[in-house]
Amino acid sequence: MKKTHLLAATAISAATGLAATGAQADELTLCWASWDPANALVELSQGFEEESGVSMSFEFVPWPNFADRMLNELNSGGKLCDLMIGDSQWIGGSAEAGHYIKLNDFFDEQGISMDDFIPATVRGYSEWPKGSPNYWALPAFGDVVGWTYRKDWFERPELQAEFKDTYGYDLAAPETLEQLRDIGKFFQGREIDGTKVYGMAIYTERGSEGITMGVTNALYNYGFTYGPEGDPYQIEGVVNSADAVEGLEFYRELYECCTPPGSSDWYMSENIDAYRSGQVAMQMNFAFIWPGVNADPDVGGDRSGYFPNPAGPGGHFAQLGGQGISVVSYSDNIPGALEYIKWFAQPEVQAKWWEMGGYSALRAVVEDPGFATSQPYAQTFLDSMAIVQDFWAEPAYADLLLAMQDRVHNYVVAGNGTAQEALDGLVEDWVEVFEDEGLR
Amino acid sequence: MVETTVSRAAKATSPRVAKRIRGLSDRAIAWIFVAPTIFLLLAINIFPLIWTIRLSFTNYRVNRPNKDVEFIGLRNYERILTDTDIWMTMQATAHFLFWTLFFQVLIGFTLAWLINQKFRGNDLWTTIIVLPMMLSPAVVGNFWTFLYQPQIGIFNYVVAFFTGADVTSFSMIGDINLAPWAIVIVDTWMWTPFVMLICLAGLRSIPDSIYEAAECDRASKWRQFWTITVPMALPFLMLAVLFRGIENFKMFDLVVQLTGGGPGNTTTLTSIDLKREAFERWRTGYASAYAVILFVTVFGLASIYVKALNKVKER
Repeated sequence: MKKTHLLAATAISAATGLAATGAQADELTLCWASWDPANALVELSQGFEEESGVSMSFEFVPWPNFADRMLNELNSGGKLCDLMIGDSQWIGGSAEAGHYIKLNDFFDEQGISMDDFIPATVRGYSEWPKGSPNYWALPAFGDVVGWTYRKDWFERPELQAEFKDTYGYDLAAPETLEQLRDIGKFFQGREIDGTKVYGMAIYTERGSEGITMGVTNALYNYGFTYGPEGDPYQIEGVVNSADAVEGLEFYRELYECCTPPGSSDWYMSENIDAYRSGQVAMQMNFAFIWPGVNADPDVGGDRSGYFPNPAGPGGHFAQLGGQGISVVSYSDNIPGALEYIKWFAQPEVQAKWWEMGGYSALRAVVEDPGFATSQPYAQTFLDSMAIVQDFWAEPAYADLLLAMQDRVHNYVVAGNGTAQEALDGLVEDWVEVFEDEGLR
Repeated sequence: MVETTVSRAAKATSPRVAKRIRGLSDRAIAWIFVAPTIFLLLAINIFPLIWTIRLSFTNYRVNRPNKDVEFIGLRNYERILTDTDIWMTMQATAHFLFWTLFFQVLIGFTLAWLINQKFRGNDLWTTIIVLPMMLSPAVVGNFWTFLYQPQIGIFNYVVAFFTGADVTSFSMIGDINLAPWAIVIVDTWMWTPFVMLICLAGLRSIPDSIYEAAECDRASKWRQFWTITVPMALPFLMLAVLFRGIENFKMFDLVVQLTGGGPGNTTTLTSIDLKREAFERWRTGYASAYAVILFVTVFGLASIYVKALNKVKER
């Protein structure tokens, strides 16, 4: 009798276990940041659910906590996420720590070619080591820092006349950083329709990556580079060069002259709020916000325009954003996750992704003759993606990022020390990280 | 004899089992009861502490499972103790700790003394005063960022009203000189009621007969306050300082929500810095050494303080 019970219990347990395994095979969890494109992806993924019969669930975390939450998940070998749309800077660490599976063989089997994607996104989101044909993600969401401006304000004749009198050129979307500063100063504290407005909202956030994603748009364009080609870790005299110092001083000047009071810890959402509420004439932000701005009842449509990060004396660049989609190696459903990537890489799915507000990185989509005119911001997106540069993506990127956050915020927002001291300090911090990593 | 449930159960117990139970000494039974607690304590407190101390002598990083872990002796401790940034966070913590305790004790005790004056509606006032401490620190931090917002926040308007300054001319959480005070104000607003409640308990524990005796001796109210009220309420006050001191030494959520540790490093308290080292920079060994240093500091200070508290109670 006892034996019968034992056998029955074993059989029930086994059956339950098998059922559970079976259920898992039909489920996929995709992890990403909680933002507008994620909502579009949920809608897009319904197509995959219908085609495959797999049930998708989503784990979205707000940006300020995204890295904390998801890197904790990966570092602990968590099985929550089958698919991860992780930040571009995670690629080195996740590849080396074995969090992501390498996709080269899968891409070869399925005929997915990285040549079909925008080269900057492949380099930024998929490759590790950089420049090598080792792919750990499929470019999922192309993104870049650009600018939005109040076209309706810029077009007011009285403001145009006053601006031309003051600065000697027409009030229009700026092409250089100096023009950007002039326009910021022009609008700062001005009363428009009975409301006091300010020049611009820029990234100043300290806790995660905000101010770094902002300041680099000035640094790159003044000639800042991370390190010499071929020996990227010999950064002395490069990261803290005279050009870089000038770039950092410029960003502080923008913060001082042209931003709303209290904008000492602003990132994406604060900048959006300031712009939508009519507080600022221009906002720096990643391109992902443009569909939302365009559709906004207060500032959308013809009231807003878009322009790429303006050029500086040292070049014309913009900070790369965006992410690739990877398969988490701890997943119980790797075949299902790969199936999703295969589906997502299809040109028709990518075209739909763009229509729904997701920035496809597939060349077939962005090089389509109708793409540039498909949305008011499409051309700006193309122009911006052509000038991207990214932050470090080494396994120690978090060390490098946080050091930069500290040093730059301390100078730009807190006003401590000089730009030269801030960058000298940054070099010291980064050298220490590279030495700890055995890179020099 | 009436047969009870217990006696029926005793009869039903097999002789072998009964013998085994009868064979347990009082000491053994005591151990059986205490063992689960000791086991839990070892598992969730002592073992992690020992493990942390061990990690503090290594270069271990939790996000590099494939990297060799090396024993590096006291290097982490040396780096921490010679790092000027860490000393700045210590200073920020000391500033926060000192001023929050100062204001909370001052205002908390004053409020408790006023509430203790038994006036009409004092229960209602007590309820209103304790409301802030019932809120979540994260929520408090979040809504104070709005109150401090220079353009729409009420704080700037109130200050401007009383001082005549331009409303948007200062930013409480964006200015390096004001931000340390911004966090002190919010913590004081939130936790003064806690100190008040403890002080109130102390004040209410003083027997009326002592004041009556003092009245008979014609002691003035001022003298009664300094020779009866303060000394008798002092152990409670010290207890409140201990609780708030420990809490504020590890302050995290409220300040993160309010300033994120900025501007610059102005409001980066040690717990915020430690969290960054451990879970953003992933320098596990280094962060372990940092945690050990903080633990020793808090433990040492708290031990000295508790000794002083006991002396006051014995008086």
